Amino acid sequence: MNNLLFDFTVDKPAKTIYINREFDAELSLVWEAFTKAELLDQWIAPKPWVSKTKYQNFKVGGKRFYAMVSPEGQEHWTIQEYTSIAPKINFKMYNAFADKDENPELPGSDWDHNFSEQNGITKVSITIYNESLARLEKLSDGFREGFTMSMKNLEELLANLSQK
Amino acid sequence: MRRDIFQAIADPTRRAIITLIALQAMTPNAIAENFHTTRQSVSKHLRILTECELVKQEQQGREIYYSLEIKKMKEIDKWLEQFRQIWETRFNQLDKVLLTMKKKKK
Repeated sequence: MNNLLFDFTVDKPAKTIYINREFDAELSLVWEAFTKAELLDQWIAPKPWVSKTKYQNFKVGGKRFYAMVSPEGQEHWTIQEYTSIAPKINFKMYNAFADKDENPELPGSDWDHNFSEQNGITKVSITIYNESLARLEKLSDGFREGFTMSMKNLEELLANLSQK
Repeated sequence: MRRDIFQAIADPTRRAIITLIALQAMTPNAIAENFHTTRQSVSKHLRILTECELVKQEQQGREIYYSLEIKKMKEIDKWLEQFRQIWETRFNQLDKVLLTMKKKKK
């Protein structure tokens, strides 16, 4: 499809996930897409899930409170607190699952985003540190019960294994 | 009673248990803490998973730890593949959003 970089690595002992991705767009657009709720809502939820932001205050100490909504209308809330912002270079946040009344489910995870541009291609590097690896399954935001895509993978994997 | 592997994954709670213990061995109590259900219900799911040979038990002192039968599930890395795919889907969606933004700017 394209030659843009995408890598995803998990360092289990360090409890850290590293994600690198290039985008065919200038840095200022990519920065907006990662930091403005109305844009985040357009891409952060893998279809058929949708993302709905209740409020966002993009400043240090500010928060974004949003839900991943399943096709059946099930809501999984997440609260993100911005801990550091260097415009168009870097931002950090603390991510935690929450109930609909904004009570966080701790421990959460620390997210670090770095942005750089070269020849019109913008690279984003994301580091996610999770205190508890047992909660790794929740790193994918609200997919506690619902991740149909992954379950399809599991079913295929198991089907392959059971044929052997 | 003979059970098959599809029975193991037919239930959402059992799928969630598999996800949990894929990462580390856990006691039934520790597993139960992750669910809004009774300890008895979790024990029942663990029994079914054990009968399907998807999980194994190990006695450590007074506690029994449940862990994933890796041979049956292949590597944990395969399991992690799902997270990679979620991100891949996300970023493909973002590519489209960026394209729309670029067009609007012109």
